[in-house]
Amino acid sequence: MKNTINHTTHIITHTLKPITTDALSIETLSLLKTNGSLYPEAVCPTIDQKTAVKIYHTMQFIRLLDDRMQACQRQGRISFYMQCLGEEAAVTGSAAGLHQQDMIFAQYREQAALHYRGFTLQQFMNQLFSNQLDLGKGRQMPVHYGSADLNYMTISSPLATQIPQASGYAYGQRLRKDPYCTLCYFGEGAASEGDFHAGLNMAAVHQAPVIFFCRNNGYAISTPTYEQFIGDGIASRGIGYGIDTLRVDGNDVLAVYAATQYARNHAMTQHKPFLIEAINYRSAAHSTSDDPIGYRTKEEEKKFSTNNAFYRYETFLIQKNWIDLKEEIERTEQIKQDILTDVKRAEKIEKPIIDQMIEDVYDKPTTQLFNQLDDLKKHIQHYPELYSHVH
Amino acid sequence: MNMLNALNNALDLAMSKHPHMCILGEDVGFFGGVFRITKDLQKKYGEDRVFNTPLTEQGIIGFANGLAATGIPVIAEIQFADYMFPAFDQLVNETAKYRYRTGGEFNVGALTVRSPYGGGIAGGLYHSQSPEAYYAHTPGLKIVIPRDPYQAKGLLLSAISDPNPVLFFEPKKLYRTSKSDVLDTYYSLPLGVADIIQTGTDITIVAWGAQVEVIQKAAKMALEQDNISIELIDLRSILPWDIQTVTDSVKKTGRLIINHEAPITNGFGSEIAATVQLECFLSLEAPIMRVCGLDIPFPFCHEKEYLPDHLKTYEMIKRSMRY
Repeated sequence: MKNTINHTTHIITHTLKPITTDALSIETLSLLKTNGSLYPEAVCPTIDQKTAVKIYHTMQFIRLLDDRMQACQRQGRISFYMQCLGEEAAVTGSAAGLHQQDMIFAQYREQAALHYRGFTLQQFMNQLFSNQLDLGKGRQMPVHYGSADLNYMTISSPLATQIPQASGYAYGQRLRKDPYCTLCYFGEGAASEGDFHAGLNMAAVHQAPVIFFCRNNGYAISTPTYEQFIGDGIASRGIGYGIDTLRVDGNDVLAVYAATQYARNHAMTQHKPFLIEAINYRSAAHSTSDDPIGYRTKEEEKKFSTNNAFYRYETFLIQKNWIDLKEEIERTEQIKQDILTDVKRAEKIEKPIIDQMIEDVYDKPTTQLFNQLDDLKKHIQHYPELYSHVH
Repeated sequence: MNMLNALNNALDLAMSKHPHMCILGEDVGFFGGVFRITKDLQKKYGEDRVFNTPLTEQGIIGFANGLAATGIPVIAEIQFADYMFPAFDQLVNETAKYRYRTGGEFNVGALTVRSPYGGGIAGGLYHSQSPEAYYAHTPGLKIVIPRDPYQAKGLLLSAISDPNPVLFFEPKKLYRTSKSDVLDTYYSLPLGVADIIQTGTDITIVAWGAQVEVIQKAAKMALEQDNISIELIDLRSILPWDIQTVTDSVKKTGRLIINHEAPITNGFGSEIAATVQLECFLSLEAPIMRVCGLDIPFPFCHEKEYLPDHLKTYEMIKRSMRY
């Protein structure tokens, strides 16, 4: 029975009984054992060999790209980098559970989802080196990717701003009767922002077909989860907002894939949001600007990073006879070579022309902007050697 | 037609033109908004297109950003401009930078944010503010403020169809009191273009929104009592603003007074003064002067004393002429 005025369930009691915080018992879905076989009672999601191998190759590529670009940053060739390591299963598995036309609003660490959709090595490199082929015209720090063709909203550094936007975008999809939904990634730290609460509530009230995908990776830069929140993870928040929720082992690609397929079906058929909380460990640093040694122990890293999602899934594929390890080793070597070659290509390409500085502030630059650009160009002519990369 | 009806009529026309266009905000649905500007629109266009939101300004603008990113025209109403600040991050870091940071891959040009601003209704600190200068410091936004019903309708229709996000501040003091002849049909007025509402030769006065009738009254006093000929300019767009019209006028008159309701320090008048002194230095017969609000929170019982009214403006006109 509902109390319609207060929109609450209406069960009268005459005994004082508070609801304790342990009343909600949230389980974590796990299908694959660490040895790559399924748990006896687990139901394997329907997945064909092509999709399964594409997921594997995406994870493989991102691990190699991250490793190489982290090194490039250390060599001073790019200014910044963020690795997906430890979360590549959660990100790839969820991207694979979507339709290509579904919209993705990411936070920043989800390059695996973008690659799954077809973002090429060359496109990654052009952005990382902010050269004139970068879709973002060299305006943002490395890893702020985006692509309209691939339905992947360009990354914005402020955390959680993408969450209410994803709700609004999904609402538009429903209004236009598009057969597509939106998925929104964010970390457990971002879930402390007001935009998280605003976005979930708006989606629930307005029945937006959006999947909120929380990567609970244990850390917000150096801040551990126990200093971020006290309740039962992020999943418990979903229930509070009236959103059906699932917690999943983020190191289990198949579990994440199954969860996302379920969430997508829920969003599309019921026109309602869904929340997935993936439990992960951020094996790498937050970014190249911090060193985890300052805030966590090597023992901890070893303990949690050994539960390696990639090898768990690789073993599953080998048991299925869907990949040949020898071929994969060769493929790995080839990718390493391709990355090295493409670093050299991308860093040689010139920066975007200076005129692009004033483009895209508005649909057309204003008179004031043209005047400011002219003044700047005249100034640069006085010191051409000191503004050498301008052209 | 009064300003409420003109705005309602503009929204109605835009809603009938765009099949998916949405209006969202607190109480904008069945109730039609606290000022009734969206009156009857939910009944006409349905609950999917005109709807109440939870009480979360950052949620409203965040949601509206995402919806506008799909290309669907969106009107987000913030009940009072004083309550926009929880959405400051969404407006400044998201709305304004969407096209730029995505390299043009995405944009939220379909978004128009409407909000009543300004004093004159006994609203005290939190129902009276004029926050245009905060947003004028943000490249990527357009800011528009109409002075009467005719302007309100034409400028709002332009704001909706403009391919950039627009903040549309409505002088709530004038909602019911300001009346003008307004066409029932669709028409638009240009953004970024000031309007010379009276030509003159001795002094230029610039204002916008509710202050336009204030400077008109002061100009009438100065003409009748002192035979001073005043050129009056309604800026209409705060961002981008029409530098050419203002500087052409000041080069002709040699004098400039700027009037705005917001506190004087760092108000948009500062920007106008800085630009005009650079462009018109040799034409100036007197320092550029400002008649603005005091540097205090908007007071309740001293509202009349706070406001830069026609008397303060009239005195400043004489001071400028005497200089």
